[in-house]
Amino acid sequence: MIEVKDLHKKYGDVIALEKVSLSVQKGELFGLIGPDGAGKTTLMRILMSLLLPDTGSAIMNGLDVVADYKKVRLITGYMPGRFSLYPDLTVEENLKFFATVFGTTIEENYYLIKDIYQQIEPFKTRRAGKLSGGMKQKLALSCALIHKPEILILDEPTTGVDAVSRKEFWEMLKRLKDMGITILVSTPYMDEASLCDRIALIQQGRLMSVATPLKMTNSFPEDLWAVRTRKIYDTSKLLELIPSMLSVNSFGQVLHLVTKKGMHTAKSIIQFLSAQGEVEISVEASTATIEDVFILLMNHHKQNQ
Amino acid sequence: MISSEPVITVKNMVKKFGDFVANDNLNFEVYKGEIFGFIGANGAGKTTAIRILCGLSTPTSGEMKVAGFDIYRQTEKIKRNIGYMSQKFSLYEDLTINENIRFYGGIYGMKIADRKARTAEMLERLDLSAYGNRKIGDLPLGWKQKLAFSIAILHNPKIVFLDEPTGGVDPITRRQFWNLIYEAVEKGITVFVTTHYMDEAEYCDRVSIMADGRIVALDTPEKLKKRYDAANMDEVFLKIAR
Repeated sequence: MIEVKDLHKKYGDVIALEKVSLSVQKGELFGLIGPDGAGKTTLMRILMSLLLPDTGSAIMNGLDVVADYKKVRLITGYMPGRFSLYPDLTVEENLKFFATVFGTTIEENYYLIKDIYQQIEPFKTRRAGKLSGGMKQKLALSCALIHKPEILILDEPTTGVDAVSRKEFWEMLKRLKDMGITILVSTPYMDEASLCDRIALIQQGRLMSVATPLKMTNSFPEDLWAVRTRKIYDTSKLLELIPSMLSVNSFGQVLHLVTKKGMHTAKSIIQFLSAQGEVEISVEASTATIEDVFILLMNHHKQNQ
Repeated sequence: MISSEPVITVKNMVKKFGDFVANDNLNFEVYKGEIFGFIGANGAGKTTAIRILCGLSTPTSGEMKVAGFDIYRQTEKIKRNIGYMSQKFSLYEDLTINENIRFYGGIYGMKIADRKARTAEMLERLDLSAYGNRKIGDLPLGWKQKLAFSIAILHNPKIVFLDEPTGGVDPITRRQFWNLIYEAVEKGITVFVTTHYMDEAEYCDRVSIMADGRIVALDTPEKLKKRYDAANMDEVFLKIAR
């Protein structure tokens, strides 16, 4: 449904995208995971024909984003990172505007937005600029959907949104996917990766890895240990000195220690720590999270630079 | 490092906007040297409370002291004794690192010699000594956020308020940022922080959770997890806020 090949984009000296290739299947919920400045927005803007690539190509459902840009816009719905509806129009007027621009009506595709729009319908005469963050987000999604797009592109829809509203938003996406819409969504929250069918980890304009979340965490190439201690900061400083250490990072109240494959056992780590006077600790082998994978790949990349 | 000496005291804090009650009778204390997490859903009233504690907005009623100063009559003194940083506004993009520091140092009335000494020390700590003449706008986000935090505590405030300081930051920088927070605490600075990353709530000494203008829970992460029978703070938050 989306075919991206060797996309390059520079802003002056800054490389925003470097040889990005990617394909998203029909009906897939695909996540672009990476921090601010990684290139997520640039990629999405190129796909939406709002920005021209320097080189490379992108095809959306058989349509070239440069040559067929008008047609591309008809089959895609886009929710930019910044709230971009008309603040002086009411909720209903905004929705009607987007429906009219695409030559349809609210009634015709109401079934598609019903679940989402119903939550803000009691406020339909309120100006969009006066809505709370969560309501703006629901209106923006409704407007992006009202022309029944085949592909939905959502740029950081959950940034700055609290944990509960984020969960609800992902449940909405799941329902849209079940209706057959292909969804490309970006997020800086690594814990949202597991809610996607497949994900791409993006950093400094490069795709570091593309796979299903499960495959990505299961194929973690090194050993990962969950270390529990009373003195997180002190213990993490000590663990940085253990031979074959690749990284030590805190994950809430647990430390994740990554060591080269096969170099340690839980016992050898406990021995190392107790030799330094650290007792009252527990160490167990653990499975990686997406954030562990991201950190490992980021460190690899830094070393290769 | 936490003492029993309160640096923020909030008693019966109420803030109304017309009929809307943004803060509904808040009561809490923050102790010197503490990392105090302030979390809650969007619209729960966090920003309103922070604005009041920073002396930027007057409460409708209640008694509050920040850094020993009264929230109604001594807001200018409060402002001199706190630092503030948010994800949205931190530094001036068109100014260089050095110019931003000079600007903030001036605002907080730092002595020039003091400012120079602390600037050198700070840039070295951040590995940015060679970049003093770079414009902020040219720096990667992670650097900006670390720098913004360091500048927010340059005048050695009693309390620093951090409003979603790590939003959108990569996972490595996010943790480096928290190391900076720990270092500030070592120096005796009290940290008041909001975040949407629930793993970060676990790094706080105590966490207050707001919903609909009220504080619905306030305790150490450990005790909150026990009370709500949750494996982590994410579960605690979902149980409380949903």
